[in-house]
Amino acid sequence: MGLLEVDRLSVGIGRLTLLEEIAFEVDRGEILGLVGESGSGKSLTALAIAGLLPLIGARVTAGAIRFDNTDLTRLDESRLRKFRGRRIAFITQNPMTALDPLQPIGEQVDVVARLHLGLTADVARSRTIEILTQLRIPEAATIYRQYPHQLSGGMKQRVVIAMALAGEPDLIVADEPTTALDVTVQAQIIHLLTSLVRERGLALVLITHDMGVVAQCCDRVAVLYAGRLAEQQGVNALFATPAHPYTHALIDCIPKDGMARDSLTGIAGSVPSVAHFPPGCRFHPRCIGRQSVCETNVPGATALPGGVVSCHFPLNGDQRHG
Amino acid sequence: MTAAASSARPALRDHLVARAFRTKTGAIAGGWLVLLALAAIFAHVLTPYEYDVQQLSAAYSPPSLSHWLGTDEFGRDLLTRILYGARISLSVSVISIGLSVLAGMVLGAAAGYFGGRLDRMITTVIDLSWSFPEILVALILVAIIGPGVTGTMVAITVAYLAQFARLTRAQVMAIKSETFIEAASGLGASHRHILFRHLLPNAITPVLVSGMLATGDAIILEATLGFFGLGAQPPTPSWGAMMSSGTALLFKAPWIIIFPGLAAAITVVSINLFGDALIAGLDVRSRPRTE
Amino acid sequence: MADATNLLVIDRLTKRFDSGAGLFAPRRSMTAVRDVSLAVSRGSVVGVVGESGCGKSTLARLVLRLLEPTQGTVHFDGIDLGKLAPRDLRKARRRMQMVFQDPYSSLDPRFTIEQVVGEPFTVQGEVLAPGRIAELLDQVGLAGEIARSYPHQLSGGQRQRVGVARALALRPDLLVLDEPTASLDVSIQAQIIKLLQDLKRDLGLTYLFISHDLGLVRYFCDRIIVMYLGAVVEELPSPSTEPRHPYTRALLDSTFSPDPGKRRHLASLTGEIPSAFNLPKGCAFAARCSRASSRCLSERPSLTMHASGHRAACFHPIADDEKEPS
Ligand SMILES: Nc1ncnc2c1ncn2[C@@H]1O[C@H](COP(=O)(O)OP(=O)(O)OP(=O)(O)O)[C@@H](O)[C@H]1O
Ligand SMILES: Nc1ncnc2c1ncn2[C@@H]1O[C@H](COP(=O)(O)OP(=O)(O)OP(=O)(O)O)[C@@H](O)[C@H]1O
Ligand code: SF4
Ligand SMILES: [Mg+2]
Ligand SMILES: [Mg+2]
Repeated sequence: MGLLEVDRLSVGIGRLTLLEEIAFEVDRGEILGLVGESGSGKSLTALAIAGLLPLIGARVTAGAIRFDNTDLTRLDESRLRKFRGRRIAFITQNPMTALDPLQPIGEQVDVVARLHLGLTADVARSRTIEILTQLRIPEAATIYRQYPHQLSGGMKQRVVIAMALAGEPDLIVADEPTTALDVTVQAQIIHLLTSLVRERGLALVLITHDMGVVAQCCDRVAVLYAGRLAEQQGVNALFATPAHPYTHALIDCIPKDGMARDSLTGIAGSVPSVAHFPPGCRFHPRCIGRQSVCETNVPGATALPGGVVSCHFPLNGDQRHG
Repeated sequence: MTAAASSARPALRDHLVARAFRTKTGAIAGGWLVLLALAAIFAHVLTPYEYDVQQLSAAYSPPSLSHWLGTDEFGRDLLTRILYGARISLSVSVISIGLSVLAGMVLGAAAGYFGGRLDRMITTVIDLSWSFPEILVALILVAIIGPGVTGTMVAITVAYLAQFARLTRAQVMAIKSETFIEAASGLGASHRHILFRHLLPNAITPVLVSGMLATGDAIILEATLGFFGLGAQPPTPSWGAMMSSGTALLFKAPWIIIFPGLAAAITVVSINLFGDALIAGLDVRSRPRTE
Repeated sequence: MADATNLLVIDRLTKRFDSGAGLFAPRRSMTAVRDVSLAVSRGSVVGVVGESGCGKSTLARLVLRLLEPTQGTVHFDGIDLGKLAPRDLRKARRRMQMVFQDPYSSLDPRFTIEQVVGEPFTVQGEVLAPGRIAELLDQVGLAGEIARSYPHQLSGGQRQRVGVARALALRPDLLVLDEPTASLDVSIQAQIIKLLQDLKRDLGLTYLFISHDLGLVRYFCDRIIVMYLGAVVEELPSPSTEPRHPYTRALLDSTFSPDPGKRRHLASLTGEIPSAFNLPKGCAFAARCSRASSRCLSERPSLTMHASGHRAACFHPIADDEKEPS
């Protein structure tokens, strides 16, 4: 049983259903990658786990989010607050806006520890400097007093991670933490997050649209498409033998070393928006393997050796290379 | 992608003004303005009286069936004079603000687009005039040109010019840095093409809306000048001059000052409310996206 | 006189920006592009790669003369663009076009797609043959119906196709592609790259392709220029050439391979790009480089030839027999 279990979670706004029956698990010391194209519902899933759906006027309409055996969807705001920030930390998609421009960054990190762990100002301060140092921020004591605008993008991202760590959480949900950064800085941050998870036994839900990042650091992967779970598998199996045609196509969109020119084709069409979800399998208009049943019937979840796939005609290993 | 939705050009019903009329306040405020404008245009058909024929026997009549809003100290029908006054008030303010918007846009666009020395020159002059209240600028100009309709119009045009020039300049500078401007010059577009096809069409809407709002202020300014006897000269009726003559008779015949004042107030409030309704519908990008 | 092999020749191009000089800010100047020389042969794809702020877009603008260089020349098909009168430059623009990074702000929101794609004709005073718009839209894989939609009604990928159609309208010889896929999903990126490949084959185009994604550049380009803080640090004659400059190596190592079997467990670079306003005296990369010596800190390396077409600016280039660090 994982630390976090998302169980057939559905999320809606008004009468629109934005997410339908999303399911996955993460355990301590594990990184789950949540991938999919823009608009597939990754951020919504993250907001649901952090209990922040009311912020955008959405709500959980079915299913459960079990964290350490407590169903978060049944908690009221005051009890939820004991989890959020303290045991579950959330790194938003645009971390640059997560920092207050008018406050020294060190104090912003302190606040988290003082609020959730009840530390005194002095203790919080030395802990902050310790965390900043662990995140390989040079001269942490100086940086502590600086304001966000004095730091580079990579540095600010580390401060945001420091804020997430300050409450000593068990689970971090990171929504595209490196999308705005340069590749060399992205590599640093991803390696940093990976080692934190391994050393401290944290659980990490890493949202990204970059299959390269997934391949490099995740243990398990959940692939979302148009608000539904397409596939969930261990990372090695997912890349070696993707079962869902969408996963397969997504992997094939990335140029690889020594790949012949003209071998990238992309996925025709684009992700439908909520108001225009097609009937049946939502991927069928873009799927090369679709049959008539795909156009009318929603595919159910089929178990795989180490995961699950929602497709009428899942690929097996041979087709992958065919 | 639904062909029907995407192939339609923005229909008339989607026009900014049409959308403003569909809101409740927009409909009421816009309705008043349209009615007043029509009544002013057709004033000579609508009332049986002349605005300048004195009938001293009927002086100071309170509102009655024959004189709905009463008469003034010379026995002239007040409603008639208010309608004819609306001609002056509306046309003076609309025409002067129109000229002001036009001149302000030319100056602002030139300053914002070409930058450099030209910008510094225009900006200095504009900032100077901006730092005086409009009424002061107007009074100085009327003092130079002399009282009357022409003087009032020049005064209003110049008094508000700085506002539109500044707004246009800011708009143009913001739009100038958008990539589509660079794309146009990359195609080999001339300055004229960029200014008239890209910059002004994208900059114009907020300027027009603020022009609309300024028309309300201009009505007050025109009335103020009239009140001090600097506007349209007697016997041409002007709301300001009518109120001015009413002040002395405040207790004897309060309607003489109340009704022109009310007309001006309702008109100005309507203009502001309608302007707000326009602003609410400003963003072109708020129209729906088709898949 | 026209050059038979090279369509575009850039020589020692430099662009300096002066900023500040306000009441409280001292005047500062930064060199966004420094001493860049390169030649693009007809029908080839040359890639320019580097991290944010290294001057890629500035270089693109200089090439198309959307910006005046501080120094240096650009020859397009043998013509020195700097010597053209404004009128002639406007005429010359039809042969070299640009596709922009941001598909959202590069289309005028008040223009219909038809007007966007028709604008090149208006601007160049050319008659628009009936059916030409539909033909152009078809060429970039768009249905004719969208001609009357507005940009905000299209998806990012569709908009970028419109941008390509506009660039192709006057049948140019050279396309400068400034990160045309950076804001798109990989699935759409792959579509656009495929489209660009097909167009190049069918129309015999030459591309200057700018990107921050070395993996993508290695897939798409014949020759690769690597920039760091405004200057070229390495020029690779083919996408498979092993890099000699430590920065190119680091860039390659930071590109995450979509293969869980090839994991790396160390970030290859520490530190971040220094500010362009006060560049170090020596090699701009020295502070982050594991091979840096005292010479690197005091002296600036220049581009030296290592093999035919392979140049690198480094005092301690990675030798062929050296294993890649891991
Ligand atoms: N407040 C909202 N009201 C209506 N629809 C919404 C709202 N928020 C999100 N959506 C829709 O839900 C879908 C999923 O959005 P979400 O932000 O989770 O996507 P994402 O996978 O995070 O995409 P990205 O990669 O662009 O961040 C989108 O189609 C979006 O339009
Ligand atoms: N008009 C300008 N005025 C002043 N500085 C500028 C101007 N244009 C660019 N710069 C500066 O020049 C440097 C290079 O910018 P450029 O846009 O060419 O980088 P880039 O490599 O395209 O980056 P990105 O990957 O973020 O697009 C940046 O530091 C930028 O701030
Ligand atoms: S269910 Fe059908 S359409 Fe959907 S992914 Fe599978 S094969 Fe393709
Ligand atoms: Mg998101
Ligand atoms: Mg750029």
